[in-house]
Amino acid sequence: PSLYLGSISFIIGLSSPGNPKDDFQEELVIRPLHSGDIYASFQFRTVWETDFMRGNKVSHYRLFPKSLGQVISKFSVRELHISFTQGYWRTMQWGQPFQPSPPGAELWVWFQDSVTDVDGTWKELTNVLSGIFCASLNFIDSTNTVQPSASFKPLGIGNETDHRFLRYATLPREIVCTENLTPWKKLLPCGSKAGLAVLLKSEKLFHSSFHSQAVHIRPVCQDWQCKTTSWELRQTLNVVFDLHNSAQGKREWSLFKMFSRTLTEACPLASSSKIYIDITDNPQGEQFEVSPATPLLSQAVVLGDRRTFSVYDLTQQITFGTVRSLNLLIRWKSSEGDMLRPLLHAERYVAGYGLQTGEIHTLMYNNHPYRSFPVLLLDSVPWYLRLYIHTLTVTSKGKDNKPSYIHYQPSKDRLRPHLLEMLVQLPPNSVTEVTVQFERALLKWTEYTPDPNHGFYVGSSVISSLVPSIVAMDTNSTRERPLFSSFFPCKEESSYFVRVYTEPLLVNLPTPDFSMPYNVICLTCTVVAVGYGSLYNLLTRSFQIEEPSPGLAKRIANIIRKMRGVPPL
Amino acid sequence: MILSTTLEFCIFIYLLIFSFSYFTLHSCCLLYLCFDNAGQFFSSGHTNNWAVLVCTSRFWFNYRHVANTLSVYRSVKRLGIPDSHIVLMLADDMACNHRNPKPATVFSHKNMELNVYGDDVEVDYRGYEVTVENFLRVLTGRLPPSTPRSKRLLSDDRSNILIYLTGHGGNGFLKFQDSEEISNVELADAFEQMWQKRRYNELLFIIDTCQGASMYERFYSPNLMALASSQVGEDSLSHQPDLAIGVHLMDRYTFYLLEFLEDIHPASKTNMNDLFKVCPKSQCVSTPGHRTDLFLRDPGSVLITDFFGSVRKVEITMETINLTDPIKQKPKQKDWHPPDGFILGLWTLILLVFFKLYGMKHLKHIF
Repeated sequence: PSLYLGSISFIIGLSSPGNPKDDFQEELVIRPLHSGDIYASFQFRTVWETDFMRGNKVSHYRLFPKSLGQVISKFSVRELHISFTQGYWRTMQWGQPFQPSPPGAELWVWFQDSVTDVDGTWKELTNVLSGIFCASLNFIDSTNTVQPSASFKPLGIGNETDHRFLRYATLPREIVCTENLTPWKKLLPCGSKAGLAVLLKSEKLFHSSFHSQAVHIRPVCQDWQCKTTSWELRQTLNVVFDLHNSAQGKREWSLFKMFSRTLTEACPLASSSKIYIDITDNPQGEQFEVSPATPLLSQAVVLGDRRTFSVYDLTQQITFGTVRSLNLLIRWKSSEGDMLRPLLHAERYVAGYGLQTGEIHTLMYNNHPYRSFPVLLLDSVPWYLRLYIHTLTVTSKGKDNKPSYIHYQPSKDRLRPHLLEMLVQLPPNSVTEVTVQFERALLKWTEYTPDPNHGFYVGSSVISSLVPSIVAMDTNSTRERPLFSSFFPCKEESSYFVRVYTEPLLVNLPTPDFSMPYNVICLTCTVVAVGYGSLYNLLTRSFQIEEPSPGLAKRIANIIRKMRGVPPL
Repeated sequence: MILSTTLEFCIFIYLLIFSFSYFTLHSCCLLYLCFDNAGQFFSSGHTNNWAVLVCTSRFWFNYRHVANTLSVYRSVKRLGIPDSHIVLMLADDMACNHRNPKPATVFSHKNMELNVYGDDVEVDYRGYEVTVENFLRVLTGRLPPSTPRSKRLLSDDRSNILIYLTGHGGNGFLKFQDSEEISNVELADAFEQMWQKRRYNELLFIIDTCQGASMYERFYSPNLMALASSQVGEDSLSHQPDLAIGVHLMDRYTFYLLEFLEDIHPASKTNMNDLFKVCPKSQCVSTPGHRTDLFLRDPGSVLITDFFGSVRKVEITMETINLTDPIKQKPKQKDWHPPDGFILGLWTLILLVFFKLYGMKHLKHIF
């Protein structure tokens, strides 16, 4: 009878409509940096096997947040990447980040090819996202949106390369604060109540050198044959804590010092919840010491290098020990050793003087001793800096370096910005300098911001490249890998994808004196009143002769004389 | 001359039809005033609460205006109004400003006692989005169709709305972001638009600026109550600086308002008369003012939680209630428009009658 019941339930289980499978993983990677700072990278990944593009709407949401699911289906989005960053990533001091992002807000979206009006959909999408993330993304319009032709290839599956469906925009001035973190945390399945997200306290996160939070949505393959596709949502948060601000100068970091919290449990809805600590530079424990010690070790190839990690699995109760809470401690013993030099690095600045002309210089450093590799440089400059493209020069080691591919779209005043994309081959161990001159335009007086003397921002340049790697990269995308190593898809073994963002530029535009309308009105009215008024009076005034009134003594004398009957004085 | 000619007869018929339709239209409206038993359940008349909190100043030295707005936001959230019913507009970012020695915090009391920014804040309009145009569009509801829900004031005719403004102001105007102003006439007209579109049941307007009383002088819509931190000709002063942060943290009126509101909990019965007594001249240095002549109810019967909180009226009962017959829905009264060409025909009639009575010689005055 029990076998009978068991087989009945088995058959029922098979015949019931299959629930779309969803899965949630969370991880935290802590990498101590050579300058004494510490880099923490959170990643939360929800994978859901469903089809948003189907006719009948998806209505039962479990781990995947409903607000984003509705955005995907309503606007026919294929890929969405949005990031909010405060601070600038210092590549030379900190190495390469796991997920790069420019200062401010950045949004790039690939739409499905069924969308007929991409610009209209883009405008509505930015408005909806500004409501979801409490940011002023509604300032994204045609004056700061570009369609890159080569730089932002899709990171998910799909062989769409029609760039009419891609839109890219940045807002370098956008501030990130708790009001952006709050809705970001609400997208997580466990919220900020359990799991790694309890560490996300805004008072500590924003008191850092670098803070970046991002949401990435893309379709991925479930198996190597790619028979089924699912939607993947990755929420990433990268933060670099400063040695002097957060640790008071002592090279001793702990979870409590970084986040003012310790961990007590994993998110119950997560299938995997792990903390990785990068101990590659510390094989025998001579640089720093990690406690509590863990026997689990993991090796992963990430950013062109094989790194070793200590792993803490939060789904195991033993990780929390007898005190039921996990507070990782990393204590530095010696401060020697140098960092692996990053192979690709870039800077940008404005040269020139005065408020009429200037020059933008972009420097790209190739630090590889003997290999050269090509990079794609994407520059989007607002229309009010009029670029003179005939002055564009690209030089490496003093000699002219002609780019093999240039895509330039000139700007239209108040309609669209400049777009410059170039494929430049960087010779080994060299600096390549790209310069272009520009002229500043005078805006209409209503187009100035309320604080125009602060200056106007030019968004970061984006440099994308496949950099040669030291060790062979793993091209098998469906094997179980830590999340940080599977962010960028890897197509070949000898190189890995790197995206570097330069600094944004702050440019002063010639600013009018906003009190001039008031001054002009006052002056004109005064001149008209004085000039015309006096002329009018002279022409129309008629004069009558009048005896001046006599003084008091004379008036009394006149009264007495009138009484006497004598003529007055 | 009695109705001998067809012309006069036609005029008479026109006037008869017009007056008949006018009276039938307006007599139907009287039936709206009939109450049924359920109406007595909501004796205060409102079913939901909204709040629009605006800080209009930019730059680090105006930290206190952002702290003012956030302290009212904090009280309003604590007393129950959810984020979806609060439209918070902050013209500049103080919490994550690079000058802030303690990032992601905005303090209202010195020695950093109370962080009014908190961990769960949602700012709907920030930075350059806080303009006079956006403020008036939020109030009147005339927003572009792609505006998200969190940026809209979706109130109805049974909503009690709290509007709080702070910043720099003068006699008859309030300055937005150092580049534009809103005048008291514009504000009064916006409230009248809200009244005519039935966007509020009762509205409480609080303003904490210099010469704040001038902003409510021009109101003329019903059911408005207004409070201001200073009279015309007086300045509202700031409360106390914090030496670690380096700026003044709060304005006096809002500081004492926050202290008053900290004692309010969702079940308290404090009424508006206590709110009028907040911050007397001895504490505020300026004289706070209020205006209640447009308000229909007596301020003594208005609870603080009617505006600052979101109190749902729940009555637990054990007995069975028999529902009365369902209310028949009357078909929606379509506005009556005169038939096409009516105005043209009427004028033609009038002109023809005129010239018939007084002769054709007057026609030459027109041509």
